[in-house]
Amino acid sequence: MSKWVDTALCTAAFVMCAGPSFADAFGLGRPATPAEIAAWDIDIRPDGAGLPIGQGTAAEGEEVYSEQCAVCHGDFGEGIDRWPILVGGGDTLENDRPVKTIGSYWPYASTIWDYVHRAMPFGEAQSLEDDEVYAITAYLLYMNDILEDDEAVLSNETFSDIVMPNVDGFIEDGRVEIDGMKGVEPCMNDCTDGPVSVTMRARVLDVTPDAEN
Amino acid sequence: MANSDNPTLSRRAMLGGVAGSAALATVARANDPAITEMQEWTQYLGDGVDAAPYGVPSEYEADAVRRDVPWLTADPVSSVNFTPLHKLEGIITPNGLCFERHHGGVAQIDPAMHRLMINGLVDKPLVFTMEDIKRFPRENRIYFLECAANTGMEWRGAQLNGCQFTHGMVHCVMYTGVPLRYLLEEAGVKTNAKWIMPEGADASAMTRSIPLDKALDDCLIAFAMNGEALRPEQGYPLRIVVPGWEGNMWVKWLRRIEVGDEPWHHREETSKYTDLLEGGKARRFTWEMDVKSVITNPSPQAPITHEKGHTVLSGLAWSGRGNIKRVDVSIDGGRNWRPARIDGPSHDKALHRFYHEFDWDGSPLLLQSRAVDSEGWVQPTKDALRDVRGTESIYHNNSIQTWHVRKGGEVENVEVG
Ligand code: HEC
Repeated sequence: MSKWVDTALCTAAFVMCAGPSFADAFGLGRPATPAEIAAWDIDIRPDGAGLPIGQGTAAEGEEVYSEQCAVCHGDFGEGIDRWPILVGGGDTLENDRPVKTIGSYWPYASTIWDYVHRAMPFGEAQSLEDDEVYAITAYLLYMNDILEDDEAVLSNETFSDIVMPNVDGFIEDGRVEIDGMKGVEPCMNDCTDGPVSVTMRARVLDVTPDAEN
Repeated sequence: MANSDNPTLSRRAMLGGVAGSAALATVARANDPAITEMQEWTQYLGDGVDAAPYGVPSEYEADAVRRDVPWLTADPVSSVNFTPLHKLEGIITPNGLCFERHHGGVAQIDPAMHRLMINGLVDKPLVFTMEDIKRFPRENRIYFLECAANTGMEWRGAQLNGCQFTHGMVHCVMYTGVPLRYLLEEAGVKTNAKWIMPEGADASAMTRSIPLDKALDDCLIAFAMNGEALRPEQGYPLRIVVPGWEGNMWVKWLRRIEVGDEPWHHREETSKYTDLLEGGKARRFTWEMDVKSVITNPSPQAPITHEKGHTVLSGLAWSGRGNIKRVDVSIDGGRNWRPARIDGPSHDKALHRFYHEFDWDGSPLLLQSRAVDSEGWVQPTKDALRDVRGTESIYHNNSIQTWHVRKGGEVENVEVG
């Protein structure tokens, strides 16, 4: 790695390559202390990397959820007004109007823990205790019928037992092979079967904000 | 123009007025009061140099502003507004008009209290101050930034009347920043590292997984845009620049970069920024922004206000995979095309400005533009794109836009067939 970077740097900043190795040469920044890393390194991965020691049950989570989340997301995760819906939508992904929620769409439970902990409740981020996040995660899984027992303990040790319904729902970017929009010579003349006419107008919906917005 | 002061004056009335005076001019030319009457700015002194330490646009440009669509989201604090593309020229977006998308409001950060940490699979986890960052060699690069959801409201059909709303989640500025590879090398990336994860210091603590190859290739850690410090809404004091890739990855208020061996699959790359296809499977990690173009003038917010005759059509084209090789324009809804003229600089992963000058005969037009990039990607029709993606992708709608110019010069967003 460091050889590769050296070469790249030499091309980019050839003037500085006359001296000793450019890599490591700046001597800028200072070592991060373990306490600093612990304070900021909050991310969680699907394999459980990053999960702190802790635990909670759906029954405990229901209390925190009612107090801190339901005002926006609804008592049943149904979403008040336009706040996000957190529950339901199972078997709708093939429908005309799919409902994408934690239960129907999210491939990994670790994403719930990570996101709730880093960004919720909205307006008071990173205020929840680790045990509260375990409990809320358990409750969100329970409301989505992914955990059946509201007294079951969700902890850093049991976390990897959870398999999300849509775990196999994702494929890698296939735009090159599948979409076939590369390397075709665009048509210049008589490209349509006969003259073109209007089939739909935006004004019919009339959802454009007016100039005063 | 008076209509910015007088919202009750309709576009129709304005068009009528313009057409009327033009007609009059061909008969007997009346004296123009703009010339024959003394104007106050000619007679009296204007403001001194101390009046506006930070200058602002003319009061007559009051409608060149970002706008939002209130029904889109629950709260303006986690929402989006749109660049007024129809009001802009060239390829550079003024800083105050760059569209905004944030998930927890605009963080107001004291740069003296800002730190960038690099940790994870590195030899030495490091902390940098803003001052440290400005001691690395820096680069200046012009790049567009497009939200992957730009044009996302048009998947099912024509919906919003204005290129500001259909295409305004894009902007293009010159960034000044430090190549990310310098910072990573300073920390010493371990040989098993494959990914990085930038994280924001704002109340959404935004995170995305980015492959290490991209990070070492062309990502910048930027502290300036268009020559001045980043605007708060664009991540002051620090943001990551991920050229050509979806805007959500350009984490603002950047405070940490973790190096790892696997992606994190966080909320913004699972719940959001994944593209649901027909059949229920979704694509993930669709990072590159596809080749795209749009005619900005005329467009619904910028009708043709003159009579038939010489007309300038203008627009923007861009691609996340390289530069723009060519743009074609059609005035008959895609039946016949002719090459547009690209003017101004052509940079990789930057906006390109194109023009088509033509003699308008005053009859209705169906305007389209179609871009081709340096990698050979061709901008598809709406139908071609829907054939392969369905209508539930939300993201990466780069299809050809149609504007219907009506007889009087008014313009509307339509679909054609
Ligand atoms: C003030 C309203 C509000 C409160 C209270 C709130 N949220 Fe949220 N929640 C939001 C908003 C807004 C978003 C979307 C944020 C964005 O756009 O990035 C969101 C997003 C989410 C999501 C992601 C949904 C998805 O499908 O992507 C989850 C999960 C969530 N909230 C859980 C919680 C939990 C758990 C709590 C309580 C601890 C909570 N929220 C409290 C407003 C709220």
